[in-house]
Amino acid sequence: MDVQRKLAILADAAKYDASCASSGTEKRDSSDGKGMGSTAPGMGICHSYAPDGRCISLLKVLLTNACNYDCLYCVNRASSNVPRARFTIDEVVKLTLDFYRRNYIEGLFLSSGIIRSPDYTMEQVVSVARKLREEHHFRGYIHLKTIPEADDALIAEAGKYADRLSINIEMPQETSLQQFAPEKDVRAIRRTMGRLRLKLDEAEEDRSVKTKAKPQRFAPAGQSTQMIVGADSANDHTILHTSANLYGSYRLRRVYYSAFSPIPDASRALPLVQPPLLREHRLYQADWLMRFYGFAVGEIVDDSAMLPLDIDPKLAWALRHRDRFPLDVNRASREELLRVPGFGTKAVERIIATRRTTTIRLSDLARLHVPKHKALPFIVLSDHRPSPHSLDEARLIERFKPKATQLGFGF
Amino acid sequence: MQYITLDSETDFDGWRKTARALVLHHVAPDDVTWAVRGGEADLFAPPAPSPILEVNDGTFSVSSKFIDLAKAAILHRDGERFAILYRLLFRLKDNHDLIDVATDPDVAKITAMARAVHRDEHKMHAFVRFREIGREREPHYVAWFEPEHHIVELAGPFFAKRFADMPWSILTPDLCAHWDGHALSFTPGVSKSEAPGEDRLEETWRRYYASIFNPARLKVKAMQTEMPKKYWRNLPEASIIKPLIEDAERMTGAMIANAATDPHKPQKRPEAPMKRKPATDSLETLREEAAHCRACHLYKDATQTVFGEGPKSANIMLVGEQPGDKEDLAGHPFVGPAGQMLDRALAEAGVDRKKVYVTNAVKHFKFVPRGKIRLHQKPATPEIKACRQWYEREVSAIQPDLIVAMGATAAQSVFGKITPIGKTRGRLIDLPDGRKALVTVHPSYLLRLPDPEAKVVEYQRFVADLKIAASLQRRSSRAA
Repeated sequence: MDVQRKLAILADAAKYDASCASSGTEKRDSSDGKGMGSTAPGMGICHSYAPDGRCISLLKVLLTNACNYDCLYCVNRASSNVPRARFTIDEVVKLTLDFYRRNYIEGLFLSSGIIRSPDYTMEQVVSVARKLREEHHFRGYIHLKTIPEADDALIAEAGKYADRLSINIEMPQETSLQQFAPEKDVRAIRRTMGRLRLKLDEAEEDRSVKTKAKPQRFAPAGQSTQMIVGADSANDHTILHTSANLYGSYRLRRVYYSAFSPIPDASRALPLVQPPLLREHRLYQADWLMRFYGFAVGEIVDDSAMLPLDIDPKLAWALRHRDRFPLDVNRASREELLRVPGFGTKAVERIIATRRTTTIRLSDLARLHVPKHKALPFIVLSDHRPSPHSLDEARLIERFKPKATQLGFGF
Repeated sequence: MQYITLDSETDFDGWRKTARALVLHHVAPDDVTWAVRGGEADLFAPPAPSPILEVNDGTFSVSSKFIDLAKAAILHRDGERFAILYRLLFRLKDNHDLIDVATDPDVAKITAMARAVHRDEHKMHAFVRFREIGREREPHYVAWFEPEHHIVELAGPFFAKRFADMPWSILTPDLCAHWDGHALSFTPGVSKSEAPGEDRLEETWRRYYASIFNPARLKVKAMQTEMPKKYWRNLPEASIIKPLIEDAERMTGAMIANAATDPHKPQKRPEAPMKRKPATDSLETLREEAAHCRACHLYKDATQTVFGEGPKSANIMLVGEQPGDKEDLAGHPFVGPAGQMLDRALAEAGVDRKKVYVTNAVKHFKFVPRGKIRLHQKPATPEIKACRQWYEREVSAIQPDLIVAMGATAAQSVFGKITPIGKTRGRLIDLPDGRKALVTVHPSYLLRLPDPEAKVVEYQRFVADLKIAASLQRRSSRAA
C-alpha cells in the first residue's frame, strides 16, 4: 500500500478526536542551525481550516487503525469493516518533516489503535517522537496519545519528547464506558491521568528550583482529554461535573467535547443521527465559564440539567438571576462584570482600565467590543438605564433568541 | 503647514524622530501632512517637503504600550495612520493615561489597526506555503504570499527561526524575504508570475486535508471566519474545498441511510476472568478486591482505592484518616506532606517504618473540586462504616499486636464508634480481640497548626506517643 493511501485511511481514522491545539508549550526554535522547527508559548498556529470549521494545525494520524478493542463508538473498533493500514515509524517521521518544511503544519499528533499490548503500542508511538527529536532534531510541536496502563518508563519517555500528552476519558460517565467500551477501564484511565499529573507537578517543581542539574522535561504543554457527547444518555450537568472533576484532579489544560457523529460502518448499538453540534458548542461555552469566569458547575445548569440550546449559558444564568441586575458598569467589581452577558474577559479588562480615567457611556460600547443588544438590559451606564420593567418582562428572552430564519444555518 | 515625507511605508524610526520634533515644536496635528517617498500620497504632496525640524533639548516620555501599538499600527495599509498616530502622540504628551482609555476614538482606531496588522502577521505565519524547487541535493523553498498590510519585515524572523536549516524565499508584491541559512535579507516586491507553480507534495497534502475533514460536521461559516477567501487563491488545499462541501451532505446522508453493518467477524473475546471469592484474605487478594469497592459513593470522583501497605509480618499497624490529593494520584498511603511528617516522627521515635503496616480508615479520597485544586473533606460516619470492612480484614490478615489510630476518623474505625482523641490519647488501650490500641493525632493536624511554638510542642507530643509504639516494636523484635 502506498503512503498516500495509508495517509487517507489513517487520517480518516483520526478525525474523530477533537483535540488538535498546538498551544501552551515552551518556547523553542532552531536558530542554532541544527534541525528545524519552532514553537511559541502563547498561541499555536492553525495552518488551515477544514469545511467542518475545525483548524488544522497538526498532522493528525494514527500509527495504525487496527485495534484489539471493540469500543462501539469508535470507527476503528475490532469488529468494524473499515479498511486497515499501518504506517512504519519512518513513514510518519518523513511525512511530518515533509509537511512541516512546506509550512502545512505545526507538528504531529500521533495516536494509535491498541495492538498486541499497551506497552508495545506505546513503545511504537514513542519511537516516532524519539526519532523526530533525536535523529532529526525536530523542534516543532508533538502531541502523543497515552495508552492507559502503559509502563511508567514509557510514559516518562513520552513526556520527554512530547509537548502534550493526552488520554481520552471517552464517556462522561463510568456506566457508559462499561457499556460501550467493555475492554476499557475508567479506573485505569484515571490512574494514568493521575500518574501524568504527578510527573507534571514534579517537572514544574524542578523548573522552579534553580539547580545545576538540567530539569527533567515532561510534557510542557500539559495533558488534555476528550469525551464524546451525545452517544450515551449523560446530561449536561453530568458532563460538566465530570469536567470539573478532571480539571481539579489532574490539572488538564483542556477537556475537549466531541459531538458524536455518524461513523462509516457504525455499530447497531448507537444512534445514527446528525451530530449535536450546537450542544457541543454550548458545552464549550459552559466550560469557558468554569475556567475563566468563576462559575461553579452548579450555577451553570438549572434544574433541567441541560444547557438551553437557544441562548448561551451565561445569558441563561443572567435571566435566572435578574435580581442581580442591572449592574453599574462604572462601579461594579470585576467578578460582577464577568457575569454580564456579552462581556468577555478582555472587554472587562478594557472597562476596568478605561473607567479609571473616564466615565463609560452608551456610545463607548462598540469601541469596547461589547454586543449592545445582549448587554443593555443588564447594565447601567452614565447615559443609559434599562427601563424598570424590562428585566421583569417575561418576553425578555425573546429578544435574544435567533430569528427563525437563521435556525438550522451552519453553526 | 508641515509637509513630512517618510523614507518608506514602514519607516517607524523616521516617523518617531519627526513626530518627536514636531511635538516639541508644538506643531498641531492639523498642521501636518504625512507622505511616503514614492508612495501614492506623493500625488498630493507639495514638490518640496518642509525642512527637517531641529530637535531642541526638550524631551518627553510616552508609555511603552504606545510604542508597541505604534510600531504595529504603522504597518497598516491605511494612508491615515501616520496622522492619527501623530495626533494621539500629541495628546498623550499632556495626558499620559489616555492610552488606557479604550473608548477614546484615536486609541480605538490605533488599537484596531495594530490588531489588524498582528492578525495579518499571524495569518502569514499560517498560510505561507513553501514549494520545493531545485534538485534533491540543494532544494530551495519558495513561497508566494499576498499580505494585506506591510508585514513582510515583521513576519520574516519567525520563518528564519523556524526554517533555519533550509534556504527559502517568500515572494510578495510589496517586498520579498530571503534566508540563505545564515541571514535574512529583503528585496523589492515581484509579481506572482515569478513564483513556482507547484510542489510534488501538494497532492499528498490535499489527500490529508480531504481525509481529516468530517463531512457530518459541516460548518462552512466557521471555516471562512478563520480562513477568509482572500487567502484561498494561494493555498493548495483550497481547490478541493468546494467539491468537499458539495459532497459532504451526500456522504453524511448515505452514512445515516445505510443500515448499521454486522461485525466483520465473530469476536473471539477472552472470557472475562471469574470473580472468585478468595479462599484466604491474603493481602494481595484483599488489595485487588478493594480496588473495585463501591460500598459508598466516594469511589466515583476519586482516582483509585488507596490500600494499606507494609509487610505482612508487621506487628504494628498505623491507621490514618483518608488519602489526600497526592495519595489519590499515586495510589500509595502517606506519600504527601503528612506522610513526610509521619516518616520524620517515626524515625525520631525509633520506629522502623519498613516494619510497620500503614493504612487509612477510609480508602478513597473525599474532596470537592475548587477550580484547579481539590479541597479535602472529612469523611462522614456512613463512609467510615462502609470502609470498615477493609480495615477489619486488614487486621485479620496482618494480626498486629498494636494498632495506632491517628486522628478522630481513624479512632472511630478502630473502636467502631466515635472516640474523642483528647481523653484516650497517648496510652495503651485493650481492644476486645486482645490487641492493644494507641490513639494520637493525625500528622496533618501538625501541619495545619498556625503557631510555630505550638507546632513544636505538639510535634514532640506526637513523637512521644510514637515512642510507646517503638518500645513495643523493640520488645517484639527481641522476642523474635
